[in-house]
Amino acid sequence: MLKDIFHKKKQRYATLTSQDVAERLGRTRPQAPQPDVSVPEGLMSKCKRCGEMTFTKELEKTLRTCPRCNYHYPLNARERIDVTLDEGTFIEYDAQMTTVDPLGFPDYVTKIEREQNKTGAREAVVTGEGLIYGFPVVIGVMDSTYFMGSMGSVVGEKITRAIEQAMAKNYPVLIFTASGGARMQEGIFSLMQMAKTSAALAKHSEQGGLYVAINTYPTTGGVTASFSMLGDLNLAEPGALIGFAGRRIIEQTIRQKLPDDFQTAEFLLKHGMLDMVVDRKELKATLATVLELHGGVRDGE
Amino acid sequence: MASDLMFEKPILELQKKIEDLRKFSKESGLDFSEEIATLELKVKTLADTIYSDLTDWQRTQIARHAGRPTTLDYIKGMCTDFLELHGDRAFADDLALVGGIAKLEDIPVTVLGHQKGHDTKENIARRFGMPLPEGYRKALRLMKQAEKFGRPVVCFIDTPGAYPGIESEERGMGEAIARNLIEMAALKTPIVCVVTGEGGSGGALALGVGDRVYMLENTIYGVISPEAGAALLWKDASQAQRAAESFKLGAPNVYEFGLVDGVIPEPRGGAHRDPQATIAAVKEQILVALRELMELPVDVLVEQRYQKYNKMGHYANG
Repeated sequence: MLKDIFHKKKQRYATLTSQDVAERLGRTRPQAPQPDVSVPEGLMSKCKRCGEMTFTKELEKTLRTCPRCNYHYPLNARERIDVTLDEGTFIEYDAQMTTVDPLGFPDYVTKIEREQNKTGAREAVVTGEGLIYGFPVVIGVMDSTYFMGSMGSVVGEKITRAIEQAMAKNYPVLIFTASGGARMQEGIFSLMQMAKTSAALAKHSEQGGLYVAINTYPTTGGVTASFSMLGDLNLAEPGALIGFAGRRIIEQTIRQKLPDDFQTAEFLLKHGMLDMVVDRKELKATLATVLELHGGVRDGE
Repeated sequence: MASDLMFEKPILELQKKIEDLRKFSKESGLDFSEEIATLELKVKTLADTIYSDLTDWQRTQIARHAGRPTTLDYIKGMCTDFLELHGDRAFADDLALVGGIAKLEDIPVTVLGHQKGHDTKENIARRFGMPLPEGYRKALRLMKQAEKFGRPVVCFIDTPGAYPGIESEERGMGEAIARNLIEMAALKTPIVCVVTGEGGSGGALALGVGDRVYMLENTIYGVISPEAGAALLWKDASQAQRAAESFKLGAPNVYEFGLVDGVIPEPRGGAHRDPQATIAAVKEQILVALRELMELPVDVLVEQRYQKYNKMGHYANG
């Protein structure tokens, strides 16, 4: 009987296969598997969506978007900073801040070491300041390659401090979100980072500061339920997964398959949660326009 | 009794033995008073041992007990002139999150909380206390109303979490919770929160940014439910007990971490054993807090709230 509760709602979506959606979006998937082209490691990259092989050098020119289907390859924090800020202008904040194990959680310390060795990153966010076409900004970039981009105490503290720096300097704040959600291993300390970062944004906003959230693949859980959705402007990259609850949990709750475009940037745009979905190749220029429209003054002017 | 908790079984068994002995003594006319006294002492010792050091998993079970007072029980039990107010003015009225205005002793207050049901039918209607975005938006509307009229806000937190459904995502659950966090952080009126049962993740925190946050003794507050946490970390939901202990989500632990401002003692065995006494204890704690907070100039109040949340977290500066 209990399970019937969740059946009351009629399914509101036509059932589409991913193939249908791809076709509708004008991105046909390859019918046959790609022939195995032997190339030296790292010389070429294979698109996760359409399978297109592209020279990595070529990909750098397109800011790591697929020339064929426009799939946006995920970027780690360093790559994101490189494609966003003017060259050589980035000054990092709190680079030395590191994780502790507040709960004494099983295997957490080992896992941190493994993640650090694997990625060369120290934590799941890099913060600092720099210029975008000359406009100064404080920037926070989450890194989904490190520990799923999960938010624990360090992520919360670095983002909060960055926002406070922005208040002191009267700079706008840009945060590129990419996160699997709260860091389970820090339990309720992770949860409280949602309140802490939001409180900092409240202060920044009260002071009249501009905050732009740029949701990238994937932005979920506690980050979606805090700073990723609190921008004066909420932007996203095409195709980015953005959602609060995990797809599997929702499917278990409602016992239905979810539509393919569920929790994509386009889905959120349609439902009024985003201001714009911006192609990565136009993102920097768009951000510069936003900064200029909010009274931004170029460095040195 | 279906609502008996597993870990209380030894106590209940002994109590039943005493009962049987009494009955037998009455029927047979034999005197068992000495044996009964011994057994009663044993029950007391056993209960002292069990209840004085509950594990986080045991507290989880008590926190979820169907006999605990719900938000409406607290409101009706401690306030007068309660008027329930409905709707978010944008989409719907969510029955999983209730709120309104009332008088607490002599103080007009805005009261809010997650609402579980007392039986299955009500639980279904109230989605087991799991709000939709419109629930959080109703809460925010009532909080902004409280701010306008200078009324303090009292929040009762008791939810497994925000409702995970298609409509939640369509209507922006993330945004709804986030909006409450940012608005509560800066709300220009005192906010007192009490975790009265389950403090389930973001769905709980969305009513939980306050000047004072208390937890009842046998309640939990966590980043994820023990079951979901176990499934996520160890691909095994049956390890919920291990997860509950690892997350350290019981009230005494969360207090020790400095993340809540106090623990309100419950009647022995849990709030469901004496709802009236529990409600009275919660009321007293809220009144003490409100009287203190209402003395503060509003800018000091908001700055103290900011500093409190600003300090939460453990990290090393490298």
